[in-house]
Amino acid sequence: MSELSVNHLLGIKYLKKQDIQLIFETADHFKEVINRPIKKVPSLRDITIANLFFENSTRTKLSFELAEKRLSADVINFSASQSSTKKGETLIDTVNNILSMKVDMVVMRHPNPGASVFLSQHVNSSIINAGDGAHEHPTQALLDSYSIRERLGEVKGKKVVIVGDILHSRVALSNIYALQLQGAQIMVCGPKTLLPKYIDTLGVQVETNLRKALNWCDVANMLRVQNERMDMSYFPSTREYTQQYGVDKQLLNSLDKPITIMHPGPINRGVEITSDVADSDQAIILDQVQNGVAVRMAVIYLLAAKIKH
Amino acid sequence: MSQKVLLNAKELNIILHRLACQLIENHNDFSETVLIGLQPRGTFLADRLAKLLQTNYKIKNLKLGYLDITFFRDDFRRGEKILEANSTVIDFVVENKNIVFIDDVLFTGRSIRAALTAIQSFGRPNEIELLTLIDRRFSRHLPIQPNYRGRQVDAINEEKVKVNWVENEGEDVVYLINS
Repeated sequence: MSELSVNHLLGIKYLKKQDIQLIFETADHFKEVINRPIKKVPSLRDITIANLFFENSTRTKLSFELAEKRLSADVINFSASQSSTKKGETLIDTVNNILSMKVDMVVMRHPNPGASVFLSQHVNSSIINAGDGAHEHPTQALLDSYSIRERLGEVKGKKVVIVGDILHSRVALSNIYALQLQGAQIMVCGPKTLLPKYIDTLGVQVETNLRKALNWCDVANMLRVQNERMDMSYFPSTREYTQQYGVDKQLLNSLDKPITIMHPGPINRGVEITSDVADSDQAIILDQVQNGVAVRMAVIYLLAAKIKH
Repeated sequence: MSQKVLLNAKELNIILHRLACQLIENHNDFSETVLIGLQPRGTFLADRLAKLLQTNYKIKNLKLGYLDITFFRDDFRRGEKILEANSTVIDFVVENKNIVFIDDVLFTGRSIRAALTAIQSFGRPNEIELLTLIDRRFSRHLPIQPNYRGRQVDAINEEKVKVNWVENEGEDVVYLINS
């Protein structure tokens, strides 16, 4: 297979196993490219990409922008806080205005779940979802799986536990879809209040005891507690959360076998993981960030290949 | 579809030896020279030449790399087929070195143009030469000519030149295919 089965990357839900395989193989080549003295290729020199961020982002926005620039695309950036959306403009109007400036591809982060799907039905451009509310964050899941593949050889058959705030996490849902497609075993672990009600329907194991979960897994993906999305109190205190669901070096060392620690960032050091864990050899957090650029280059390249000249 | 043999295994072997000798003539002990096979098909020829130089002509410390030009091509989004990338393996410094690009067939010259751009990502070489097994005359789109050529062929556009290698296709032979 040499082309994606989709014209947009709206979520992992819409991808096939072969799509993920193709993205990873292409990302391998881009990873080599970004380790050259000159890290840029001219493939997308006639493509313009708009990064529309209706919600705050640091690493995803930087990573996308860097990926686009290393492919030689022209890039325009838009953030909602400085825009006319504050004046009452609708999403479709905002995007259509931007597209009328001959933009070929849109990378969008939006606080509302389904925003990118909605947009793909109403505008004539290739859309990449860079996170829509608590729904999906497909490129994060792809780079997470890519990093597991890089560290452990393959994803198939590996045991992955996703720890923490599953309820408010788009990373969790996309990761579950992506890992399932590749044949990994998945467990979620967190306080019951932060596990979604429908979690049983996703075909994942549920565990509330962190030690049991860590002893079971090969990889632990530690999620951040998303205080900004919480409209009520889901646990008594941060201190209590850390006691129950935080990983420190002592806990890691006491496990049956060494495990790999991942984190999508930003880290709350001392809450979900301690500094000595985040900076240890078992953590691949900075590899995830580097792989993020290669994986996003692959996604953008493969989607751009489907835009008619 | 009809095909005719342009070069058989014996002729191919003679040409490979000649090309190896011509390289030695110009590059001496290869201390300042690196060979770069162009992906995907130039790598077989590059491997073969490198093996000859090392075993038959006792060249030591020969540096051989592979360069993929997919992301530097000028036909991205212009054809029916999506361009699939291959691996680039250059684990040495090309700065100030004499590079010999190696490809099996020189046709329009566009691949070589892409390779000339791609290699710049690795530094500024002193000089770049081109070695090609088959040079298809009268088909160039760009002012690019080989420094070393195995055989020059006059082929019309509908015809295709296919180079087969023992390592890949099980036989050493060059066909001219009329489709």
